[in-house]
Amino acid sequence: MHQIIERLEEKRAAARLGGGEIRIAKQHQKGKLTARERIELFLDPGSFEEWDMFVEHRCVDFGMEGQKIPGDGVVTGYGTVNGRLVFVFSQDFTVFGGALSQAHADKICKVMDHAMRVGAPVIGLNDSGGARIQEGVDSLAGYADVFQRNVMASGVIPQISMIMGPCAGGAVYSPAITDFIFMVQDSSYMFVTGPEVVKTVTHEAVTAEELGGALTHSGRSGVSDLAFENDVAALLMLRRFVNFLPANNREKPPLWPCEDPTDRMEPSLDTLVPDDPNKPYDIKELIQKIVDEGDFFELQPSFAGNIITGFGRMQGSTVGIVANQPMVLAGCLDIDSSRKAARFVRFCDAFNIPLVTLVDVPGFLPGTSQEYGAIIKHGAKLLYAYAEATVPKVTLITRKAYGGAYDVMSSKHLRGDVNLAWPSAEIAVMGPKGAVEIIFRADSGDAAKIAARTEEYRSKFANPFVAGARGFIDDVIMPHATRKRICRSLAMLRDKQLDNPWRKHGNIPL
Amino acid sequence: MFKKILIANRGEIACRVIKTCRRLGIRTVAVYSDADRDALHARMADEKVHVGAAPSAASYLVMERIIEACKQTGAEAVHPGYGFLSENAAFCEALEAAGIAFIGPAPHAITRMGDKITSKRLAQEAGVNTVPGHTGVIADADHAARVAAEIGYPVMLKASAGGGGKGMRIAWDAAECRDGFERASSEARSSFGDDRVFVEKYIEEPRHIEIQVLADTQGHCLYLGERECSIQRRHQKVIEEAPSPFLDPATRQAMGEQAVALARAVDYRSAGTVEFIVDKERNFYFLEMNTRLQVEHPVTELITGLDLVELMIRVAAGEALPLTQDEVELTGWAMETRVYAEDPFRDFMPSIGRLVRYLQPPESPHVRVDTGVNEGGEVSMFYDPMIAKLVTWGKDRSEAIGQMQEALDRYHIRGVDHNISFLNALMAHPRFQAGRLSTNFIAEEYPEGFRPADVPREDPAHAIVVAALAHRRYMDRAACISGQVAGYERQVHDDWTVIVEGVTHHLHVRPQADGYTVLYDDREFAVSCNWRLGQPLFKAEIDGKPICFQVERDGIRYRLFHRGAEIDALVLAPDVCRLHGLMPEKAPPDLSRFLLSPMPGLLVKVSVSEGQEVKAGEELAVVEAMKMENVLRAQQDGVVSKIVADAGASLSVDQAIMEFA
Repeated sequence: MHQIIERLEEKRAAARLGGGEIRIAKQHQKGKLTARERIELFLDPGSFEEWDMFVEHRCVDFGMEGQKIPGDGVVTGYGTVNGRLVFVFSQDFTVFGGALSQAHADKICKVMDHAMRVGAPVIGLNDSGGARIQEGVDSLAGYADVFQRNVMASGVIPQISMIMGPCAGGAVYSPAITDFIFMVQDSSYMFVTGPEVVKTVTHEAVTAEELGGALTHSGRSGVSDLAFENDVAALLMLRRFVNFLPANNREKPPLWPCEDPTDRMEPSLDTLVPDDPNKPYDIKELIQKIVDEGDFFELQPSFAGNIITGFGRMQGSTVGIVANQPMVLAGCLDIDSSRKAARFVRFCDAFNIPLVTLVDVPGFLPGTSQEYGAIIKHGAKLLYAYAEATVPKVTLITRKAYGGAYDVMSSKHLRGDVNLAWPSAEIAVMGPKGAVEIIFRADSGDAAKIAARTEEYRSKFANPFVAGARGFIDDVIMPHATRKRICRSLAMLRDKQLDNPWRKHGNIPL
Repeated sequence: MFKKILIANRGEIACRVIKTCRRLGIRTVAVYSDADRDALHARMADEKVHVGAAPSAASYLVMERIIEACKQTGAEAVHPGYGFLSENAAFCEALEAAGIAFIGPAPHAITRMGDKITSKRLAQEAGVNTVPGHTGVIADADHAARVAAEIGYPVMLKASAGGGGKGMRIAWDAAECRDGFERASSEARSSFGDDRVFVEKYIEEPRHIEIQVLADTQGHCLYLGERECSIQRRHQKVIEEAPSPFLDPATRQAMGEQAVALARAVDYRSAGTVEFIVDKERNFYFLEMNTRLQVEHPVTELITGLDLVELMIRVAAGEALPLTQDEVELTGWAMETRVYAEDPFRDFMPSIGRLVRYLQPPESPHVRVDTGVNEGGEVSMFYDPMIAKLVTWGKDRSEAIGQMQEALDRYHIRGVDHNISFLNALMAHPRFQAGRLSTNFIAEEYPEGFRPADVPREDPAHAIVVAALAHRRYMDRAACISGQVAGYERQVHDDWTVIVEGVTHHLHVRPQADGYTVLYDDREFAVSCNWRLGQPLFKAEIDGKPICFQVERDGIRYRLFHRGAEIDALVLAPDVCRLHGLMPEKAPPDLSRFLLSPMPGLLVKVSVSEGQEVKAGEELAVVEAMKMENVLRAQQDGVVSKIVADAGASLSVDQAIMEFA
C-alpha cells in the first residue's frame, strides 16, 4: 500500500511536469503558459478536478514505446467559473508537441461525454502540433471521435475553442464545429495546410502568421470570433464570456444582480440619427447606452463590420444583439455580414438567448463579386436563422429598413415578437430616390417633376406610419426611452413558448 | 423693461443670457443655423428662428436675417453675446434704424474702440498709458521690418480688426517680422475681411490684466475690479481669475480709474473691458478695449455678486446703475478654465464630433458651469471648439484652485478630445499655484508641448486602492451569478495585486458592513463608496476624505482619470499576477514613418516633394482646420519617400499625408 502511494505521487509529479523543465521554459519563452497554468488561470481557484492523469499512449512503433509521459499531452477535467460547472481540456505543447494520439483523443471524448450527460459547457484550450504521426490511423480515428462528439454536442451545450498555439490540418475541424473560436495574438495560428505545403503546391510564399494568425482569422477570414493580446488576457476574458452563456439548451441564460436602472433614460439618443439620411452614425453608441452598465461583449469586431454581433445584458440577463452598422458600407447586408449574423442568431436561438435586433439597413450590397459569391444563398442563411428562431425577438428600426433586407432583419413577418421603430424609421421597398426613378421612369428627364415625386414618396413612405398602420410595427418609441421599452418587452417575453414542427432537421441553405 | 429679447449668438453665451432673461421674466428668442437645429441654446429659448446655413458667414453673421428674426418675433432688443456681431457698429445702426435696442454700447464707441489704431490714439488723449509702437497702418513686409527696427525688437504684429489671438504674430528679428506680417495679414483677411496690420513693442514677462467697466446712459461709470488672463496659449485665454494675484490696491485703483477715463472719453454705455498689459514692475499699458461682454465675465460676477448680463439689459432699457463705485465689493476668489474640444497631447489640435458622453460637475455656490452643449450634442467644425467654461469660487485663491481641481475630476467627456487633463495639470503646477504668471507661462513651462509626463504626479496610493475596489466590486457581483454548483459557490478572496506602469502593488481588500478596509503598503484605508457598476464616476470616501476618480473598464484593464492623469491599472489575483509576469511585452506599431494628419481638416499645401531630404523642424504641409492654418513640421531629419495625400484633400484624423524612407 505504502509503495502504491509512493508510486502514485511519483506519477502525479511526472504528469504535473509534463514535457519537463526545459520544455516548460521554452513554452514560457514563447510567451505561452503551460496547459496546467492555463487551467489554473481560467477556473475558479482550487476548483479543478483532473481526470486521466495516468493515461498513456499505446503506440509501440518508431520507438514510442520508450517515451511515455503520464497524461499524454492533454490535461482534462472539470471545474467552475464563478461557481458554474464547466468541462475543460487543455493541450500540453510540452508533451510531444501536444500531438493528438488516440489516448489523448479518448481523454477529450471522456470530458465531452460527461459534459453532455450533465449539461455543462466544454472549453478546449488548443495548443497542438497536430496528429501523432507515429500512431497513423489511430490518431485520425481520435480526431474523428472528437468531431463526432462536437457535432452531437452542437446546440446542446456551449462549446468554445481557445486557440493558444498551433492548430493545423485536421485539428482545425474540431474548433470549426464549436460555437466560438478565440485566438491569442502572435502565438496561435490555424490552417488546413501549412506554409510549406502551400509553397509546394501553389508557389505562394506566406508566413504562418499571414496564413492563419489571429489577425488573419479575426479580420480576413472571420474564422475567429476574437483575438486577445496574450494568454492571461485571453483566459480572463474567456471567464467573462462564459458568464453570458447558459449551461445547456434546456436552461435560461444566467442572471445576476443588475445595478443599472431598467428605466434609465438616454436623452442623447434623440440626436443619434443625423438629419441627413446619407450621414452615418455609430450604432455601437446605441448598443452601449441600452445594455446594462454599458457592458457589450462584441464578437468578430474586425470582420464584416457592417453588422455587429455580441452579447450584452438587460435586467441582468443575457441578450444577443445584432445591429446593422451605418458606419461601414452604410450597414448593408452582404455575404460576410449575413454569414456572421446568421451563425450568431442560431447560437442564441439554440441556447434560449433573446435576440435584440437594431435595424438600419439600406438593402443588400450589389455587384458581381456578391452575386458570383452566392449572396443569394448566404443572405438566405440570415433569413432562415431569424425565421427559424423561437427565442424572444425584439426588433427596433432606427432608420432605414429597405426592401428584402427589411424582411430579413427580424421583421414582424418572421415572427418578430415586438417590433419597434424610432420616429426616424423609413420602412419601404427602397429609398425615395431609387423608387421614384423606377415608378416614374417616364419623368426621368424632368428634374423638377422627379424632385416633386421624390418628395411625395418621401412624405408617404419615409416614416414608420405605413408599416404602423398595418401592424408590422407595434409602436413608435422615442429614442431616449429605448432601454426601458426593450427591457419591458423582454420581461413580457420571458416565458415565451413557441415550437417549430417536428422534423429531423431543417435544411438551411449552407 | 423689455418683454422679449433676441440673442444673436449660439453656444454657452446664448444659454447664459437666456438664463438671466428667464430670471428677469423676459421672453427669449434664439437664432440657429443648420448645424444648431438641436443645439442647447435653440432648445432653451422660448422661441427660435432659423437664420441660415452652418457657416457663420451664412447665418449668425447675416445682419438682415437677425433683424428679420427680431421683427418676426417682436423682440424689442438684441443681446449679441461675444464674437459674431457683438462689435459690429453697422449692426447696431441697422438695429437702431429698425427701432430695436442693442444691448451694448453705442455704434460710435464700437467703431472707435474696434480699430486698434484709433483706440490707441484715443487712449493716449484720455491719459491712459500705452505701449510704444507705430500707430499707422503697415504697408508691406519691408515697411513692417523698418518700423520694427525703429521700435526695437521684439515686436508684435497685430491685425487692426483683430481679436481673440487671430492675426497676431511676434517677431524677434527682421526675417520673422516679414514672415509674421504676411501671415498676420492673411489670417486677418480670412478671419475679419480686413488685412490691416500694425506693429508695436513686445513686452517681456507680460501679464494680461483687464478691467471690467460698466456705464449707464445717465453718466455713471464704474470699474468692477480686474481679471487676470495671463494663462494663454497662442494668445487664446485658457485660465482667467479675479482678482489678480499680482495687483496691489494702488495699481488696481490706478488701472480702474484709467479704464473709466477711457470709457468716459468715448461716452461709453453698457459693459466693456479695458485690457492692459502689465510688466514685472507693475507698469501697465493699454492694449485694447473690448466693447462687449467678455468670455471670462463670470469670474467678475462671482467676486462682485453682480449679474453683468442683467445690468447690460437694464442699461439698454435706460435704467441707471443700481450701485456706486464705493458699493463695489470684491469678495473671495474666482477661477475660470475654458474646456475646449482639443487634444492637449497633440499640440492642442481641435477635435470635432459627437459628445457621446457629457457629464459636467454639479453646480453649487462654489461651482458654476456655463455651457452650450449637452450629451448627444455636436462639436462642429463651423464654430469655436469651446465646450464650456468652468468657474469656481473660494474664499481665497488656493480654495478656488482646490474647488477647480475637484470639479475637473468630475468632468466626464467622451466622443471628442478635451483639455481637462491640461487644465488639471495647470491647476497643480507649483508656479501657477504661487501666482507667478505671465502670458508666456505655457510656452515656458511646456516648451516641448504638453506631454503625458507633464501631468504632475501625486501619491498613486488612492488610484491603486480605487482600481482594486472597482475590480473587487465586479468580482463580488460575478460571484452572485445564477446556476452555481450548490456547495461550491464562488468565493472571492481578499488579496489582490494591482499593476500600474509595470510596478506590482499588493493589497488586501476586506469587505466591512459599510464599505471596505484596504491594507496597502503598510497603510490601512477605510473606504466607503456607493459606486454602481458601470458608472463613470467613482466617488468614495477614503479615511473620511471625499475622492472622485473616473473609471473605465477596457478589456481586462481599468483606466482611471484623476487630477489630469490617466492611470492604466491591471488588477489580478496574486497567482494570476505571477503568470502575467511571463507574458511578453509587445511593442506598439511604428507610425513614425508617416506624417499623419493630427486633426480633421483641409490639406492646404504640401510643402515638400517625393525624394526630398528634410531637416527636423522643416515645414512639410499645412492643414487648415477651424479657420486656423496649422503647419506640420518634420520631427526629425529624413527623406520623403511618398506623398500620399494631395493638396486640396480633406483629411480625417490620423490619415497619412506622406511617408518617409
